[in-house]
Amino acid sequence: MTATSPAIEGWFTSGDGAGSGPALIGSECTTCSTVFFPRTAGFCRNPACDGDEFADTELSRRGRVWSYTDAQYQPPAPYIPATDPYVPFALAAVELAEGIVVLGQVADGFTVNDFKVGDEMELVVETLYTDDSGDRTIWRWKPVTSPDVELVETPGGAQ
Amino acid sequence: MTANDVAIAGVGMHPWGKWGKNFVEYGVVAARAALADAGIPWTDVDLIVGGETVRNGYGGYVAGATFGQALGWNGARVATSYAACATGAQALDTARARILAGLSEVALVVGADTTPKGFLAPNAGERWDDPDWLRFRLLGMTNPAYFALYARRRMDLYGATSEDFAQVKVKNAKHGLSNPNARYRKEVVAEEVLSSAIVADPLHLLDICATSDGAAAVILCSTEYAAKHNLGGGVRIKAISTVTPTFPNTVIDMPLMSTESSAGGVPEFTFKESIAQAAYEEAGISPEDVDVAEVYDLSTALELDWIEDLALCKRGEAEQLLRAGDTTLGGRIPVNPSGGLACFGEAVPAQALAQVCELTWQLRGQAEGRQVEGARIGITANQGLFGHGSSVIVAR
Repeated sequence: MTATSPAIEGWFTSGDGAGSGPALIGSECTTCSTVFFPRTAGFCRNPACDGDEFADTELSRRGRVWSYTDAQYQPPAPYIPATDPYVPFALAAVELAEGIVVLGQVADGFTVNDFKVGDEMELVVETLYTDDSGDRTIWRWKPVTSPDVELVETPGGAQ
Repeated sequence: MTANDVAIAGVGMHPWGKWGKNFVEYGVVAARAALADAGIPWTDVDLIVGGETVRNGYGGYVAGATFGQALGWNGARVATSYAACATGAQALDTARARILAGLSEVALVVGADTTPKGFLAPNAGERWDDPDWLRFRLLGMTNPAYFALYARRRMDLYGATSEDFAQVKVKNAKHGLSNPNARYRKEVVAEEVLSSAIVADPLHLLDICATSDGAAAVILCSTEYAAKHNLGGGVRIKAISTVTPTFPNTVIDMPLMSTESSAGGVPEFTFKESIAQAAYEEAGISPEDVDVAEVYDLSTALELDWIEDLALCKRGEAEQLLRAGDTTLGGRIPVNPSGGLACFGEAVPAQALAQVCELTWQLRGQAEGRQVEGARIGITANQGLFGHGSSVIVAR
């Protein structure tokens, strides 16, 4: 039997058994509170801050589409296609309440016709590919069908 | 003329294409063309600056000294620049600085590349700390996918259409028809663009620039030297902007998978806007003063973004300029009279220099078949990986 494990360690939680859903893991600077994703260490990249300590923080599980596209042709290595023949997938850049736009593949079964800029998306974890050690998972964006009334409006910073 | 002007004594290129040779050969052809254009013997050059040939953003291929040796060692000072797509502009800036400081008299700036076919992909090997490797492994995020994000945003925010994007290709194909250095010299109709395969929605194959072999070279000297030897026809560099982004960079940037946070406030200008702003400020001119622009149309839609980043119109209005014919030769502000990347394809370390070559020919009135009549001020713009970008302003 093979195990399920993330395609990259320490970038997201799978949400298994903790009672909450999956989330991206960012780093919050303990000096200036700026949040970074992917996680960072060593020094703060806010030019006005010389902080060097960070606390892990789970990012908002929902956000709004900044833009989107798809991959009609199989991307070159080191991408590992999940299927043969290749099946195109959609990609979305989603702006979170933290003011960070995060790219991700779109959940299986959805295409670019299923959402628009400004629509709500939520984070899910799905299988990216399978190798000798089992299913390797990745975060993905899934169009929200039941709107979350608690969703905080994202800052209008991004162009 | 201001104290920070330098003269463009000569320009030259090796035609873009797929020639199957080493990048050094292209560079030597371009360098010799530029020297001949200037009327300066290679032995009079006392500084050579090479743009590093790159593979999908990675430097590391010897350049300045490579060209120095190929042209024949002449004892010149040497420098090598790496700034992704802005490599040529950064090399130009290095040459300008030494000339303005009085440390060098005549500089040869040269960039050349031989580019692999198909999608640009990262260097081989597993590199889990390299964002350019990770974006392929974790997301399958190719370069055209980034271009497509910007294109889609124009559609959803400003009402751009696939037909608009196709018309950029139609325009640039027409501009490049008689450019002897262009790789593609063939008219294109919108239907051909729209019926070509979709690579990354909404962009079709013909919306996306190819990768090419090519080389470009520029001979720089002080304005005093140019006047004394009657060089260059009065064409001068007024500004070279190579600014880095200002934190937080909130527009998703190749090859990254995320932006910096806008929660603490955002800078007045986006990165691409700031590249242009710094150039205008350095040159002491306004966008209204510009007669011609060469911008980095990695995709058709990106040309529309650049027109706004250069403040040639307001945000969201570039389609109106395009539809009115303003950006076509003969229009109010012709964009990419050379034919742009649509007709050239990208030869990374040469491309920013090729933009300057084109503006030089435009300002001298030598752009046969694609001349912007009476052009006196031109601007270039480009952006590459890892926080690199450039804008050069040339005037006569």
